[in-house]
Amino acid sequence: MKQFDYVRPATVSEAVAAAAQPGAVYLAAGTNLLDLMKGGVSRPDRLVDVTHLDGLDRIERLADGGIRIGALVSNADLAHDADFAKSYPAVAEALLSGASAQLRNAASVGGNLLQRTRCAYFYDTASRCNKREAGSGCDARDGENRTHAVLGWSENCIATHPSDFCVPLVALDAIVEIEGPNGRREIALDELHRLPGDTPERESALEPGDLIVAVRLPPAARGFAAHARYLKVRDRTSYAFAVVSAAAALRIENGKIMEARLALGGVAAKPWRARAAEDVLKDVAPTVDAFQEAASRALADAKPSGDNAFKIELARRIVVRALSLAAAGTPARIPALPASPFASTSGAIHA
Amino acid sequence: MNHSISLTVNGARRDFVLDDPRVTLLDLLRERLHLTGTKKGCDRGQCGACTILVDGKRINSCLALAISHDGADILTIEGVARGDQLHPVQAAFIAHDGFQCGFCTPGQIMSAIGMLSEAQAGNDPERIRECMSGNLCRCGAYAGIVDAVLDAQAGMDESTQRRSA
Repeated sequence: MKQFDYVRPATVSEAVAAAAQPGAVYLAAGTNLLDLMKGGVSRPDRLVDVTHLDGLDRIERLADGGIRIGALVSNADLAHDADFAKSYPAVAEALLSGASAQLRNAASVGGNLLQRTRCAYFYDTASRCNKREAGSGCDARDGENRTHAVLGWSENCIATHPSDFCVPLVALDAIVEIEGPNGRREIALDELHRLPGDTPERESALEPGDLIVAVRLPPAARGFAAHARYLKVRDRTSYAFAVVSAAAALRIENGKIMEARLALGGVAAKPWRARAAEDVLKDVAPTVDAFQEAASRALADAKPSGDNAFKIELARRIVVRALSLAAAGTPARIPALPASPFASTSGAIHA
Repeated sequence: MNHSISLTVNGARRDFVLDDPRVTLLDLLRERLHLTGTKKGCDRGQCGACTILVDGKRINSCLALAISHDGADILTIEGVARGDQLHPVQAAFIAHDGFQCGFCTPGQIMSAIGMLSEAQAGNDPERIRECMSGNLCRCGAYAGIVDAVLDAQAGMDESTQRRSA
């Protein structure tokens, strides 16, 4: 690991000032960053430790019916907050389907959003990677790429964003609150992560010094609590990243879908909101035919980036099943195997 | 630049001067305190052999910078027994052959202790397997590990009932 300066600011504004210089990065739990630093993938000159900052570890119910989650709330604390899990069950299920219990205890909300791709070529410093070293090339294009992107990729980069948490969040119109050198601003989570295009090394809309301080869910996000699921296919049933995942949330009244939300994970460099699919689910009955049409719309622009054409059909089927599970109703308790198609508790269809 | 931190480790306050901010909690425990029960397996957060409790919560000590945990309360495998009296989870691992070579065992036991206090799995073997998935055992002693955790959970349930009776 390269040597670095360590600073521990006392306030958010001190942190922003300390992190605005080139080569500086924020340290929260470090569950991804330290791994990257040990491998020489990330080589920061300065770590700005934000873990001791006051006020960033709270979950606040807002007067308008929304919720504000501090960036330092741990993944586990959020998933196990009973009121949160009841109001946003797909988000809790997604959190509990990610990583391991130890990592969820440490990892923060803000860090989860900004975790890096798990593309093996990004991690292997002997490989060419445009994301790690701009302009060096992409060894994933002709390499082991069965888990890589099928949407939004470019010739320069076919990596996927690995977060489970972000998938239901983007479906529920989450907003990211950012403190930066020019003060406070907020953006839609859907605009936080960038598609690779010609600049895969630029992964987010954040500028130097920008610090995510909170994630907010708007009041309408609660309206999907009765019909919301996260479904995730992985190479092993626990402690693995998604090959493909989907968050599905429905608002059903009198047998008709009033509003649908759908997002996919593991398919692109960002959590993939499928708005065209949502549109065809408005004012229709929650039937398998309707869900198949939605799945077809969601993957209409998909194309393989290598040996991963199977992911397109897999994603269609996961969309249909996630919507079917959501229509059947949110289970009273998160299944023993969160988000697994092999879960043996209520609501699941056995493979 | 030197950084001073203090930790409570297995009940005792320990002060450290770190001349390098790169030291992880795992390396601090093993190299500075010679508490070598906490194992270094992958050193990348994938195997769970380095699991310890920090402020009561199980984490991977290999992915935690010591300098960032100033003031933390740490419990390692060396601190769970009371003299010669084993922690109930330790006793359960012995009773159920929850190990073979033993390398992953301190991490398994610390993870199980953390899991029981999280109280998410109850006596459901499927939930226990899921909640323990961050601890790999290359000998494949998983069946014994799950039985040991179930046994320790049952012991906790009994003592709760005795207290409330």
